[in-house]
Amino acid sequence: MEFQLLIEQLLNGLQFGTMLFLMSAGLTLVFGVMGLINLAHGSFYMIGAFGAALLAEITGSFFIGLISSFIVAMFAGVITEILVIRKLYKKDHLDQVLATFALILIFSEGIRWIFGAYPLYLNIPSELNASVSLPLEIIYSKYRLLIIAIGILIAFFLYILTSKTLLGIRIKAGQNDREMISVLGVNIKTLYTIVFALGAALAGLSGALIGAIQSVEVGMGEPVLILAFVVIIIGGIGSIKGAFVGALLVGVTDTLGRFLLPELFKLFFDNADANLIGSSIASMSIYILMAIVLIFKPSGLFGERSA
Amino acid sequence: MMSEKKLNFLILIFLFLVPLFSMLLNDIYITTLFSKIVILAIAGIGLNLILGYGGMVSFGHAVFFGLGGYVTGILAFHFNNYEPIQILVFEFEGTNQLLFIWIFTLIFSSILALFIGYFSLRTTGVYFIMITLAFAQMLYYFSISWPTYGGEDGLSLSLRNQIPFLNTMDPTTFFYICYVWLIITIILVKFILNSPLGISLKASKENEDRVRSVGINPKKVKLISFIISGAITGLAGSLYADLNRFVSPTILSWQMSGEIMILVILGGMFRLYGPILGAFFYIILEQFLGGITENWQFWLGFIILLEVLYAKAGIMSFLIKDKYDEKTSS
Repeated sequence: MEFQLLIEQLLNGLQFGTMLFLMSAGLTLVFGVMGLINLAHGSFYMIGAFGAALLAEITGSFFIGLISSFIVAMFAGVITEILVIRKLYKKDHLDQVLATFALILIFSEGIRWIFGAYPLYLNIPSELNASVSLPLEIIYSKYRLLIIAIGILIAFFLYILTSKTLLGIRIKAGQNDREMISVLGVNIKTLYTIVFALGAALAGLSGALIGAIQSVEVGMGEPVLILAFVVIIIGGIGSIKGAFVGALLVGVTDTLGRFLLPELFKLFFDNADANLIGSSIASMSIYILMAIVLIFKPSGLFGERSA
Repeated sequence: MMSEKKLNFLILIFLFLVPLFSMLLNDIYITTLFSKIVILAIAGIGLNLILGYGGMVSFGHAVFFGLGGYVTGILAFHFNNYEPIQILVFEFEGTNQLLFIWIFTLIFSSILALFIGYFSLRTTGVYFIMITLAFAQMLYYFSISWPTYGGEDGLSLSLRNQIPFLNTMDPTTFFYICYVWLIITIILVKFILNSPLGISLKASKENEDRVRSVGINPKKVKLISFIISGAITGLAGSLYADLNRFVSPTILSWQMSGEIMILVILGGMFRLYGPILGAFFYIILEQFLGGITENWQFWLGFIILLEVLYAKAGIMSFLIKDKYDEKTSS
């Protein structure tokens, strides 16, 4: 029984990790290619979730909701990039932090204005809202397995995109020398808009996927945003591979930490104390992980250069 | 247009007089509002020491603000309970004496700043921003999950902590206590900025290699400044806890860090009095917008955005005629 529970927790960690990857992929690309710290990335997560909830409500189809989360967040990304983000590329990190912090206020209050303060609910269709039996007598939620599958699929797609396609080559070139590639006739402005919108769209999709498990509410993006930053710092800024490894590492550490640390402390303390200390430390575990990584590898696991 | 000195003087006089008038008019609300302004100004000046003068973008200064708040809250909590604080085999009594509480706050926030600074200063740029944020998040989540001191609900203080011969529960008295701390902070930071430490800090921001070549260790300069900055912000947090008679994890959150940062930028970095003006406008704006619309944060966001995109130098540079500007423009 303990073993099944452990596997279940591990799968939860993987599911959490793949979701974090969807968030982090955009963040790390935007950072790596444009050198922009985007705190408002969590807002696209929220916008995606709200878009999905609204369209699923109207059409009655969860899948149309999912697809529209991607599209709505992408459009929001394009508009934001053209109106605001574009002006920030040449500014320093401090300005970027402040401007995108301001964008969070604008997006969060804007959504609250439109949808009101109460959370919306996005219902998982009944055919997914079930459990499946896996080998070794493990029973696991179908929907969460779907999330893991989508995450891995998108990771694969992004890997192909960044390493095998023309767009990917241009992105990489932009990362290394933005002047040179604009001299070579690549429209760097459009390239940046595409990268930003892609990142926003992925964040929106992950917002919708998670919004169906939790609730769709204002401010849902910020906790995930901070985690996504932890992920890209651990993985190394600008690296998709780093984001993937970092996301799984953070997802699994967090989930297993909450499960295992109280058990571990039970060896030393009585039950109540062990639960208390264990869960307190578990809530900090990923930040401890990040601090350790940074202390030993100041530019992250797969970081190529220091920012 | 006026000189910076004149404006600084006017700011101090203004802050000194308004609560005096509101006392005469019996308007406690304004006094409390101004106490908040002064406290946030102290936190801002603390942050500005490393942000403006040292070029270290700490996105986790709420950790010191919150620590100061919690040290204050916890000491008072134990004083009211008559339960000693146990740390391993040692036992401490709680206290409600502000003089002790301030000393403890300064000690604890300095130690925390030494710890965080030591590790964070190994990194630079965006990694520094993120690691300071990570440390703040650690304490934030710890404060939520540790139930002894209220966890997520926070900790209430039944009375403000005390100073001999003064009634701290009186809003005007409490304001002037904060005001005195503001003056002390200004004098201290001004002294530091003109001392060898401050000069080498400013030099380290410009060029670390050159600082090193004259035999000064820039890391050490930055670390010491980081500790002083943390201690000042911690003290502000302690005052904030007493002002509200309440501490909760909110003051450790990254939004709090962002808020302190915004008021520094709003007022103007690189200027000692910038954060004071920033805190003033931030709080007044919050009150004003909050009065006319429920969605005031929306408009606050717009204002900050415009400020960052188009008026980088902050409010102070609108108000003063700067001799440096003249020199550079001519």
